[in-house]
Amino acid sequence: MTITPDAIVYWQVGPFGITATLVFSWVVMAILVLGSWAVTRKLSIGTSVPRGQLLLEIGLSAIRAQIRDVVQEDTDRYLPFIGTLFLFIVFSNVLVIVPGFRPPTGSISTTSALALCVFVAVPAFGIASRGLRAYLASYMAPNPLMLPFNVLGEVTRTISLSIRLFGNMMSGTMITATALAIAPLFFPIVMNALGLLIGLIQAYIFSILALVFIASATRVHEEQSGKAPDTTKETIHG
Amino acid sequence: MDSTELIGMISIIMAGATVGIGAPITAIGEGWAVSRAMGALAQQPDAAPVISRTLFIGLAMTESSAIYCFVVSMILIFANPFWNHFAGLAGAQ
Repeated sequence: MTITPDAIVYWQVGPFGITATLVFSWVVMAILVLGSWAVTRKLSIGTSVPRGQLLLEIGLSAIRAQIRDVVQEDTDRYLPFIGTLFLFIVFSNVLVIVPGFRPPTGSISTTSALALCVFVAVPAFGIASRGLRAYLASYMAPNPLMLPFNVLGEVTRTISLSIRLFGNMMSGTMITATALAIAPLFFPIVMNALGLLIGLIQAYIFSILALVFIASATRVHEEQSGKAPDTTKETIHG
Repeated sequence: MDSTELIGMISIIMAGATVGIGAPITAIGEGWAVSRAMGALAQQPDAAPVISRTLFIGLAMTESSAIYCFVVSMILIFANPFWNHFAGLAGAQ
C-alpha cells in the first residue's frame, strides 16, 4: 500500500523518474485538451448544436455563474485560470473510478504545484488591477505592524490549500484500500462513491478558495474609493 | 527495549492519538457550523446560495485541521522518518 503515486516509478531516465503522478497528470491533460479540441473543431451557432458543444457550454456557464456569485463583475478575467484549475482537479479526482488510475491530486507534488500557481496568481491579479504600489501597500493594512503576519498568512494559506487537497484525495485512496482488506465484497463500492463526492467537493473548494483569495487581493481598491460595500466580501486566510 | 521498538510503539500510539483527538474536536466544530447554517437556511431560504457557499468554504477550512491530523498520523505510520533512520542504521550494522 503506497500512500502517494510518487512512489510508483515506471521508468528511470537518468536522475528523473517517470512516476505515476507524472503519467496520470499527462493522461488527464491529454483527455482535457484532446476532448476540447475535438469538440471545438466543429462549433455551430445554429439551432442544432452538437452534443459535445452543449456539454462544454453547460459546464462553462456553470463555472461562470459560480465565479459571478463571488466577484460580481469581470467574470471572464478569472474564468481561464479558475476554470482550468477546477476542470483539472475534477477530472483527476473523478477518474479514480477507472481501475488502475491513481489520482495525481493524491500526490503532494501535484497539489503543491497547483497551490503555487494560486500563490503566484494572487499578486499577479492584484498588481494587474490595482498597480504595484497599491498592492504592496495592502500588506501594510491596517498598520505596518501587521506586515509579517500578512506575509505569513500568504504562505500558510498556500500550504493549507495544498495539504487539504492532498489529504482528502490520499485519504480516499487509503480508505478504499483498507476497506478492500477488511470487507472486500460490497463496502469498497460505498467508500468509492463517497470518494467521488469528496473529490467533487474538494475541486469546488480549491477553485472557490483560489477565487476568493484573488478577489480579496483585487478588491480593497474599490472599498477605499468608496463604492457600495459588497455583501459577499470574504476575507479568508485559510 | 531498544530504540527501534520504542519508536515503533510511540509512533503507533501517537498516530492513533492524533486522529483520535483531532477528528472529534473538528467534528464538533463542523456540526456546530452545519446546525447554524441549517437554522439560517430555515429563516432565509432566499439566501440559500450564499449560505451554502460560505458554509462549504468554512467547512473546508475547519476540515483542514482534521486533515492535518490525518496526514500526520499517516506519515507516522507509513513514512516515519525516525523509524526509517534507525532501520537504516540497523541495516548498516
